[in-house]
Amino acid sequence: MVGSTLASPTAEIARPQPVSLAYEAWRRFRRHRLAVVSSVVLLAIILAVLLGPTFWTVPINEIDFTARLKAPSAKHPLGTDDLGQDLLARMLYGGRISLAVGLAAMVVAILVGTVVGAIAGMSRGSIDAALMWVTDLFLALPQLPLLLLIIYLFRDSLKSIAGPEAGIFILIVAIIGGFRWMPAARLVRAQFFSLREKEFVEAARALGASTTRQVVRHILPNSFGPLVVAATIDVAAAIVFESTLSFLGLGFPPDIPTWGRLLFDAKDYLDIAPHWALFPGAAIFVVVLTISFIGDGLRDALDPRKVI
Amino acid sequence: MSRYLLRRLMIMIPSILGISIVLFTILALAPGDPFEELATNPNVPPDVRANLRAKFGLDDPVAVRYVRWLTAMLQGDWGFSFVSRIDVDALILQRLPTTMLVIGSSQILALLVALPVGIYAATRPYSVFDQIASTLAFIGFALPTFFTGLVLILIFSITLDWLPFVYRADISGSGWRWVWEHIRQAIMPVAVLGLFQAASYTRYVRAAVLDVIRLDYVTTARAKGLAERVVVIKHVVRNALIPVVTLVALQMPVVFSGGIVTEQIFRIPGIGSLLISSILANDTPVIMAVTFVFACLVVAFNLIADLLYGWLDPRITYR
Repeated sequence: MVGSTLASPTAEIARPQPVSLAYEAWRRFRRHRLAVVSSVVLLAIILAVLLGPTFWTVPINEIDFTARLKAPSAKHPLGTDDLGQDLLARMLYGGRISLAVGLAAMVVAILVGTVVGAIAGMSRGSIDAALMWVTDLFLALPQLPLLLLIIYLFRDSLKSIAGPEAGIFILIVAIIGGFRWMPAARLVRAQFFSLREKEFVEAARALGASTTRQVVRHILPNSFGPLVVAATIDVAAAIVFESTLSFLGLGFPPDIPTWGRLLFDAKDYLDIAPHWALFPGAAIFVVVLTISFIGDGLRDALDPRKVI
Repeated sequence: MSRYLLRRLMIMIPSILGISIVLFTILALAPGDPFEELATNPNVPPDVRANLRAKFGLDDPVAVRYVRWLTAMLQGDWGFSFVSRIDVDALILQRLPTTMLVIGSSQILALLVALPVGIYAATRPYSVFDQIASTLAFIGFALPTFFTGLVLILIFSITLDWLPFVYRADISGSGWRWVWEHIRQAIMPVAVLGLFQAASYTRYVRAAVLDVIRLDYVTTARAKGLAERVVVIKHVVRNALIPVVTLVALQMPVVFSGGIVTEQIFRIPGIGSLLISSILANDTPVIMAVTFVFACLVVAFNLIADLLYGWLDPRITYR
C-alpha cells in the first residue's frame, strides 16, 4: 500500500520515456529499506553456504575428543559439539540442506497450488466447488501431526529406495509441498476469476485462442505478482517446518547436520555449551526474518493486495 | 440459534469424513503389513495366517475396511497401546487436559497482547509505536518456537534459576503452594506459544482495524460527538474482529503444531509429546488416535469460530 501511494506523478514527469515493469518494481522495492537490507543479508548467507565449504575445509565429521564442547575460538569460530566436531563446517553444510529443502518445497507447493487454482479458476460450477472443498479441507488438517504420521509410515521404504539422505529429502519436500499449496491455490483462483473477465482475455478469446493459450500466455503471467510473494513466504515456512521436524528428531538422519538437527542435539547441553544451540537457532531466525521482510518488500513492489 | 448450531454441525460432518478419508488413505498406502511378523515366522503355517487375515478382514475391499475403521474410531474404540498397555482412549483422556490448559492459556495470552497492541497501532498508523510493534511482530513471527523455548530455558532456568524447565503433572503439596507451582512451571511454555501467536495476531488485528477505521460510519460516530474510546471500542473493534475470528480459526493447525513442539521442549505430559513418543516407539494405534483427535479439535475450533462470527455480526442470521 505504501509503495503505490508513494509512486508520485512527479517521478513520471522526470522520466518521460516508458519504464519497464521490472524497473518499476525494483524502484518500489528499493523504498522498503528493511527489504533491501534483508536481501543483502540473505544473499550473504546463501553465498557463505554455497562457497563457504571451499574456504573452510574442516570436515564436518572430524571427531576430536580433546576439543569437546569448546566455546568459539580462533581454531573453531563457532565452537565445537560434544564429539569435538567443528560447528562452522556443520552449519555451512546444514545450511545448504535447509535452504535446498525450503526452495524445493516452495517449488512443489507453488506448482500444485497453481495447477489446482488454475483449474478451479477456469472451470465454473462443480469442479471449482469440489476443488475448493478439498482446499479448505487441507487448510483444516492438523499439519504437523499428519507430517509426523506420514514420515513415520513411509520413511523406511523410501530410505531403502533412494538412500537415507535423498529418500528423506524427497519425502520431506513432497509432504511440506503437499501441505503448503492451499494459499497459492486460493490466490491463483481469485486472480483467475478477475482476470478471465478482463477485456484483453476476451480479445484473445475472440481471436480464437484456445483455453490453454489464454491461461498460459495471458492470464498466468498477469497473476505472477502475488504468487511471487506467496512463494517467498513458502520458502520461510518450509525452512521452519524442516527445522521443526529435525528438532523433533524425525527429520534427516543424525549424521546430516541441518540447523534443526543441530538444535536437537544441542538442547541437552544448554547449560555447558549454549553456543551450540544459539548459532543454528540464530541462523534459522535470521533467514526466516530476512525472507519475511523481502516478501513484505515484494508485496509493496508487485501487488498491494494481501496474501492470506 | 439451536437450528443454526444444528446446521453448522451438519456442515462439520463432511469435514470430519474428509479428514478421516485422508487419514485412512495414508494408512492404507503405507508400506508394511501388520502381519509381517507372522509372515516371516516359519512356525506359522500359511493357512493359519490366511485365517487370521480373514478374521481381521484385511483382505476385504478398501471401502469395507474404511467403513469398519471409521465406525470403530467414532465409537471410541481406538485400540490398545502397544507400549503403555492400556486403552488408547484412556491414555488420551489422561493427557488431553494438560494440552488444552497450556494451549488455551497461551491463546488467551496471545489475544490479550495482540488486541490492544494491534488496535492501538492501527489507530495511529505509521507512528513510532506502530513501527516498533510491526517490527517486533515480524521478529516474533520469525522466531521458531523451538528456538525461543531453548533461549528462555537458557535464561530463566539455567542462568537465573527462577523457573523449572521440566513440567510435572504430579506436583505434591496442596493449597496455594500447589497452585503457585503449577503457574510457575506453565509460565515459559505459555509465553513461548502465546507470544509466537501474538505476533501474527497483532498483524491481523492491525490490518482489520485499518480496513474499518476509515469507513464513513466511523466518521459519523465521531461527528455525533462520541468519545474516541467509545468510537474505537464499540464501533470499530466490533466490526474489525469479524475477519480476525476467521483468521484465528484458520491458525488453529499452526497453534497445535506449536503446541507439539512446546510440549516436547518443556516435557509437558500432553497429547503432543504422547504423539512424538509413540512415533519413536512405533506405537501405531496411539499415533492414529492422536492425529484423529488433533483433526477433531481443529474442526471443533472452526465451529466455535463460526458461532462467534454469528454473535459478532448480526447480519449473519441464525437460519
